[in-house]
Amino acid sequence: MWSEALRRVWRRAVPTAHPKTWHFPGGLILPDRKALSTHTPLQSTPLSTHLYLPLRQHIGAAATPVVTMGDYVYREQLLARCEDPLGAHLHAPTSGWIEGQVEMAVPHPSGLRAPGLILQADGLHQRTPSPLLPIENPFNQPNARLRERMREAGIVGLGGAGFPTDRKNHPPEGLVIDTLIVNGAECEPYISCDDLLMRTQPEAILQGARLIRHLLGAARILVGIEDNKPQALAAMHQARTQWPTEHIDIITIPTRYPAGGERQLIYTLTGRMVPSGRLPAHSGVGCHNVGTLAAIAQAVYAGQPLISRIVTVSGHGVRQPGNFQVAIGTPVSALIAAAGGYRERAPRLIQGGPMMGFALAHDQLPIIKTSNCILVPGKEELGHPRPAQACIRCGACQPVCPAQLLPQQLYWFAKAQDFAALEDYHLFDCIECGCCAYVCPSHIPLVQYYRFAKHSIRTQQQERRSAAEARQRYEHRQQRLQREAQLKAQRRAKRKTPTPKPSPPASKASDNAHSDAH
Amino acid sequence: MIEAIITLTTLGMLLGLLLGIAAKRFKVEKDPLVEEIEALLPGSNCGQCGLAGCAIGAQAIVDGKAPITLCPPGGKALVRQLADKLKVDVDMSSLADKPPAFARVREEHCIGCTRCFKVCPTDAIIGAPKQIHSVLLNACNGCGSCAEVCPTSCVEIDPVKPTLGTWCWPKPVSAEHSSR
Ligand code: SF4
Ligand code: SF4
Repeated sequence: MWSEALRRVWRRAVPTAHPKTWHFPGGLILPDRKALSTHTPLQSTPLSTHLYLPLRQHIGAAATPVVTMGDYVYREQLLARCEDPLGAHLHAPTSGWIEGQVEMAVPHPSGLRAPGLILQADGLHQRTPSPLLPIENPFNQPNARLRERMREAGIVGLGGAGFPTDRKNHPPEGLVIDTLIVNGAECEPYISCDDLLMRTQPEAILQGARLIRHLLGAARILVGIEDNKPQALAAMHQARTQWPTEHIDIITIPTRYPAGGERQLIYTLTGRMVPSGRLPAHSGVGCHNVGTLAAIAQAVYAGQPLISRIVTVSGHGVRQPGNFQVAIGTPVSALIAAAGGYRERAPRLIQGGPMMGFALAHDQLPIIKTSNCILVPGKEELGHPRPAQACIRCGACQPVCPAQLLPQQLYWFAKAQDFAALEDYHLFDCIECGCCAYVCPSHIPLVQYYRFAKHSIRTQQQERRSAAEARQRYEHRQQRLQREAQLKAQRRAKRKTPTPKPSPPASKASDNAHSDAH
Repeated sequence: MIEAIITLTTLGMLLGLLLGIAAKRFKVEKDPLVEEIEALLPGSNCGQCGLAGCAIGAQAIVDGKAPITLCPPGGKALVRQLADKLKVDVDMSSLADKPPAFARVREEHCIGCTRCFKVCPTDAIIGAPKQIHSVLLNACNGCGSCAEVCPTSCVEIDPVKPTLGTWCWPKPVSAEHSSR
């Protein structure tokens, strides 16, 4: 109580008092390429005539459409529901007609097609007559109501894998969360969508953060922003003054990849190491990306579902790199056109950053909720992928690993498919940041080996589960067959015993017994 | 009538009890290795190895009476796991990588003979005489027993198409000397 009051006085007196930060292990200082896309203000993209809306834009199961071919839909109208708690609903980014459900190309490393809806926009942007209503007094609402709103609005984590936000804000019972961490680090070179968001909508981010802090019962908000974003830092400091008495710290952290990794940021800001295999909640922390928090504020205060996002278009392969507010479902080709088009004839395309992104085969793919950046590197920009050589055991990969793993050992085990050893060496703590592969002098695609191994292990576990199920079904079947045989024997015995009353015709009884046995 | 029922029921109960006691009393300790291997096998007891089920197959492997390549539904992945467990070397080149599959009844040709329904070791087929049969995908493990008995060849074993949720990163093809 007293310490809190004193702290407040201290904060007022010394506004620049620098909160302590910790130095996470490993990591790399990468050449900064953000300036490429940050010199232009946030732009909006013209609406495309057709929007392509994959039904699965997140982890978990695909959503099920609630509209059909030929339906007229309004902006923000619900298009597909998802009952799987790991999935999210999908809303119409604009008004128009549903052209149907097809197997469409989607941005995914596999290059597979997946079902999605095609929306032909009519250009009128008519808002649905029954939109979500703003929540009055959100701080007096039960937590369940706020979580339900995140679900209704189809919000998923906009920084990474697209984990549904309502789920993420439902930590296991009995855990006390004291800190909410706001992730504005944005450590990948090139990507600047969070930077632009912090410059343009700092209030929305902090409003969202205050809601989540309330929901988690946390005491403080720590916003971590890398020191290469001075304008974002200034805007956030400015917005922060609206709530002078609340414990909100805007913290400048050194620019070092991967400072924006969840565990790395938590350590940098609080000094807490989230143990292997545990959630941040086990360390008393909740962590959200700035984009997600702004979307939450929009959903709660304006009743707006997640129908658009900011996407960075960058690289020397496009004429006018920049950041764009894009309707979900807009084709990448339209976005590139808004950025002035390609400079070269056969461009390479990457979704995400150069470190953690994946290649796109072509530009006829939609922007989805988790698309943060479309990177079009110039010919010589990222270097050509060079053929892998044998591992020379130089050990360069080990000190850069932020998860403190042994990348070389993991590589040998993954190559030999020794899955048990991989689990012993904590393969699943690998955040696939790519630091090890970046420094590897033999150009071994290390991360791809780890991804391959992780997937193989999951598949193997799945197979074991289904084998156990099959065994159970087999045993039940054996029991059933036994039971049936027993019944049959009983009936036969019954028929054979002479009874005083006249028995029914034998043929009929045998008919019955026969059909029953099936 | 009544007497017959009573006698049979008591008889059944007594015999059951006897069996139960015998099972406890004369319990044969299973070899832990056999159990481990049994856990790796698909567990559907389809009989395609020519033995009477996965447990017996596991025993045969341990006794050296069957090769570790015995199980067609397990495919290459299973052989690799078995080889690791038993620390033996196998030549995998001749084996085809069998993708996961499940059975599908082509409804226009199904005559409702119930044959497939009777052989399915995991009870994955629903059907009745003179009704069109169909396969519960969650329960089917693609062993193919049903396809063999169908008189109109209307059961097909389709490979499971990978979806975004089940797709796996491939193993990188390396130019370097590969150990396996
Ligand atoms: S990709 Fe994984 S192993 Fe490599 S440095 Fe990052 S966390 Fe460590
Ligand atoms: S449905 Fe056919 S393939 Fe599937 S488990 Fe049964 S018998 Fe085997």
